Amino acid sequence: MNLPLILFFFCGGLAVLGAILLIVAREPIHSALSLILVMVSLAILYLLLGAEFIAAVQIIVYAGAVMVLFVFVIMLLNAGVEQRTNWSKMAKYAGMPLGIFLLLEITRWIWRSTAGPQAANGAGAVPAAFSTHDLAMALFRQYLFPFEATSILILIAILGALVLAKRSE
Amino acid sequence: MDFISEHPVLVVSLIKIAVLLFIVMTALAYLTWFERKVVARIQSRWGPYYVGAHGLLQPLADGLKFLFKEDLTPPASDRFVYTLAPFLALSLALTTLALIPFGPPTLQVFGQPVFVVANSNIGLLFLFAITSMGVYGVALAGWSSNSKYPLLGGLRSSAQMVSYEVALTLSVVGVLLLAGSFSFNGIIAGVPGGSLGQTGYWLHFIPKWNVFPQIVGFLCYITAAVAETNRIPFDLPEAETELVAGFHTEYSSFKFAMFFMAEYANMITVSCLATILFFGGWLSPFPNSWTWQLYLPGAGLVALGLYCLYDTVKEMRGIARLQFAVVTLLCLGGGAICLIPRVMPIAQGPFWFLAKVGLFIFFYVWVRGTLPRFRYDQLMSFGWKLLLPVSLANLVGTALVILLVKRG
Repeated sequence: MNLPLILFFFCGGLAVLGAILLIVAREPIHSALSLILVMVSLAILYLLLGAEFIAAVQIIVYAGAVMVLFVFVIMLLNAGVEQRTNWSKMAKYAGMPLGIFLLLEITRWIWRSTAGPQAANGAGAVPAAFSTHDLAMALFRQYLFPFEATSILILIAILGALVLAKRSE
Repeated sequence: MDFISEHPVLVVSLIKIAVLLFIVMTALAYLTWFERKVVARIQSRWGPYYVGAHGLLQPLADGLKFLFKEDLTPPASDRFVYTLAPFLALSLALTTLALIPFGPPTLQVFGQPVFVVANSNIGLLFLFAITSMGVYGVALAGWSSNSKYPLLGGLRSSAQMVSYEVALTLSVVGVLLLAGSFSFNGIIAGVPGGSLGQTGYWLHFIPKWNVFPQIVGFLCYITAAVAETNRIPFDLPEAETELVAGFHTEYSSFKFAMFFMAEYANMITVSCLATILFFGGWLSPFPNSWTWQLYLPGAGLVALGLYCLYDTVKEMRGIARLQFAVVTLLCLGGGAICLIPRVMPIAQGPFWFLAKVGLFIFFYVWVRGTLPRFRYDQLMSFGWKLLLPVSLANLVGTALVILLVKRG
């Protein structure tokens, strides 16, 4: 057992635990906290893979910005404890089997692939020569058009949010 | 010894973390003393005076008091989150300090730089990642107390921290463009003609620090940083007259102390960051050929020690005299160590770094002692309508100039 392997299982376990808590928790803030736990553990997993930039951005964007807004809105609306519904027929007869099937399929895929053990050993890590600089080069030279198109899409979304927020006048 | 040679990174890192934690904890305690003394001076008072000579044992007394106070948990609160919030605030605030280089990376033990705990290629990004999580401590504390004033305080401060974080990050990007690097070493060395060991000069006397080309960015940064750490004049989250004590109204005992320490740790972090980004980090403002500056750290400490000696003999009476004698011995001893020829060059980096950080912390306290608090709507419109556009314009302007210079 080397240190990366221990860290991998620890953070992987934390991510799964957070994901389960997210669904099980009845208080919206607890769900949000669990989701933050998932995102931070994922960021550490990215770090283990050598993707420093992605790890930092994962925390800045998801844990530091998106989730802050979630928590903020939950606090602002003072959302109470969730109401439990009994399982609907749809969930019982279609949802559960499909979920289990999906889980089995993923397990089979992971079992067969070599990416898992490689990732766990740190052998699947991005070569150290791949730096943030290379990422920037790829993003702003090679994939400039998709990048700009996405930016415009986000801008449109912001404008849409503004229009919706202003409509009450 | 086998273990050390097998895991040099682990062992050296653990030792560095322990030492840094000890130093930072002591510094936090004495920062409260420093702040109270300076604010007292500004307001023509004496400040802490009775516990120890010049109130030097006041932080210890305060710490003990916090420890022995009753730790109240409001019955309606969310127990888990209520306990988690102060831990989150303090641990995140302390984690950021691991990324700060306090001296040049050239001094190494087992191939590990001595003056920084986590030497990362994208240190600045990690620092922003960790500080961006800092909002949770405040927001969750406000929510979990399940009480009106803390909730309002928590909401206000989350809104404030989120708003000013944007300006803070944008104001720094100009420096990043100049340096072309996310690592702190790269930023310090990154000014054109700069290097890790020595400051370059414009016109032979202006040090090549980022503050000069990025003066707008620096002003934006320092304003946003004060707001981000929730200090006066931006301490709306805990505006006493409106919200009792804001998000930490319900907290008592050591949990309250943890919020307090987190605030001071954040203050140290943003001061360190300002030093690194805009003032050349550990670099001396003087050229390396001026060798007399090697004596500065030692001479400063000895001078302080001599002043303390004068005070001990002349002013102090009874037990205070004994305490001050200890302070005198510490200063003189530290000065003597810094004057050993082998230690002199090593002490240079940390000396200049701490001197610059100290200036920023004094600035913080000075601002606190002189400025009144903003109104909440003023705070929001200032952040979004002035600070953000100015830092954006600074970013675009910097990018344009760099492009023109590189092309032309």
